Amino acid sequence: MLTPLKKLALQIRIAQLEEFKARGFGHVGGALSITDCLAALYGEIMNIDPKNPGWEDRDRLVMSKGHAGPALYATLAIKGYFPMEMLKTLNANGTHLPSHCDKNLTPGIDMTTGSLGQGASTAAGLALGLKAQKKDARVYLILGDGESQEGQVWEMALFAPQHKLNNFIAFLDNNKRQLDGYTSDICSIEPVDEKFKAFGWYTLRIDGSDPDKIVEAVNDAKANQGDKPAMIILDTVKGAGVKAIEDTKLNHHLNVGEEALGYIADLKAKLTE
Amino acid sequence: MFKCIYNGEKEKTAGKNAFGATIKKMVAADPKVVYLDADLMNSIGTFGLDKDYPDQIVEVGIQEANMIGVAAGMSAAGMKPVAHTFGSFAGRRVFDQAFMSVAYAKNNVVIIGSDSGINAAYNGGTHMPFEDICLYRAVPEATVIDATDSAMLASILPGLVERKGLNYVRICRKNCVAVYSEDSTFEVGKANVLRDGKDVVIIAAGYMVSESLKAAEMLAKEGIDAAVIDMWTIKPLDEAVVLEYAKKCGAVVTAENGNVVGGLGAAVAEVLGEKLPTPMSMVGVRDRFGQVGTVDFLAEQYGLTAEKVVEEVKKTIARK
Repeated sequence: MLTPLKKLALQIRIAQLEEFKARGFGHVGGALSITDCLAALYGEIMNIDPKNPGWEDRDRLVMSKGHAGPALYATLAIKGYFPMEMLKTLNANGTHLPSHCDKNLTPGIDMTTGSLGQGASTAAGLALGLKAQKKDARVYLILGDGESQEGQVWEMALFAPQHKLNNFIAFLDNNKRQLDGYTSDICSIEPVDEKFKAFGWYTLRIDGSDPDKIVEAVNDAKANQGDKPAMIILDTVKGAGVKAIEDTKLNHHLNVGEEALGYIADLKAKLTE
Repeated sequence: MFKCIYNGEKEKTAGKNAFGATIKKMVAADPKVVYLDADLMNSIGTFGLDKDYPDQIVEVGIQEANMIGVAAGMSAAGMKPVAHTFGSFAGRRVFDQAFMSVAYAKNNVVIIGSDSGINAAYNGGTHMPFEDICLYRAVPEATVIDATDSAMLASILPGLVERKGLNYVRICRKNCVAVYSEDSTFEVGKANVLRDGKDVVIIAAGYMVSESLKAAEMLAKEGIDAAVIDMWTIKPLDEAVVLEYAKKCGAVVTAENGNVVGGLGAAVAEVLGEKLPTPMSMVGVRDRFGQVGTVDFLAEQYGLTAEKVVEEVKKTIARK
């Protein structure tokens, strides 16, 4: 029996594959790997109002690995921020759904990202700005593992504990692969959990393929982070949920053709299991 | 309204003291104003403000890129950030963060780059920003300002936090030559005609404004009637005044404390080239790196002097 969050994760995967297929290509691998986290965030964790995307007291998400925008767009459409039909305009000329997240184009996108590492700092700034105004809202940040090779991530990793940003929960989508291959072969970030612990973060490391476990981890962080920011390392698989894409070694950016219809049919079958 | 008080003397207030006092007033007046610095507060007059305004003064440490991103995020949370570091880092080191997290994302941040051009003096070539104006001019919709003196800085800063997008201001920490009275007010995008004239117009910014006023006095003794315009807002450029004075004088000389590549002279040349080709010359750093030295020595080295302005004025008038 599927839990509501696992069902939502399947729906997000189906919607994003339809979205990618409409365009014919995209950053598929890293969008699929963060899907279970998005299901947890938008299905349960975040305090949001899709009818009022600019609500000042809402929780924020910064998708610092901005190329995973299509997964977030699928999530936002399912939540009702904009019509599902709009997903077919991904990267079309004049679209509101660009390859990388843009807060000025897409309802529900809280920060513009794309140049890797920068969302780390803007998320910390959002958290600090909300605290300065005594607001209770939380800021969630999604970093990539390849992205964490950027120095700016580690500048922020020093900054956030110093400023006691305990309204701040970050995820690291540790899908083990980047554009040119395996992260461990290119510039390893491991042991990344120990690094964040050493930097003063309340750090958890979990299986990132289960949205219910992600909710549990966030509840753990909220209860136990004290005056620290929290980092939840999500061990994931790049291309998660679609076996053929998982098995494609270099799956950062792929062409998405008719074969996607088979992937979508398989996912839809799981929905009714 | 502005009042020009130029007589060649320096201001009583150092730029850093005027800056610190103005930031203090701003955070006291508006709880949404926030000041960020990358370990240079003790150099710019803001040291110790965090004791009275702990939620509004953010010492980031030596991580300029993170500082600009944090400032952008604070803007997105509804705050009004001002972020300072030396101009060398405020330009080239944080350029991608300023471009994407601030300007492209339409967050509102005032970025202050101190030690404009040769004012970096003893910090030398590594710290001497000749390129910051060029870099920020290339950012769409950015506002780019070379503050003329401390009176101007104190006057314009409170209004800048209300402006949209990226606002870059290069400032001098030391005592500038006084150009404006302390009660002067300014309008972003509107140049100040400091001296009228008919033979040539000298369009200057920052450190070169007072040198240009001095040059105009020298030229007057030789019977050359030079207008002097303070083009303190380099972007958006006051095109109307450029065209008006180019037409009236028929000769244009620009003067700037930075590389002429992409700077004030280039901005003026772009307007004249497209709309009113006019003999012109650019006084500024001719595509060179900075070096250590006194401001006077550096001014001689790079040709940032009243004498150089006079020389270029004569050459340009001869080309009419």
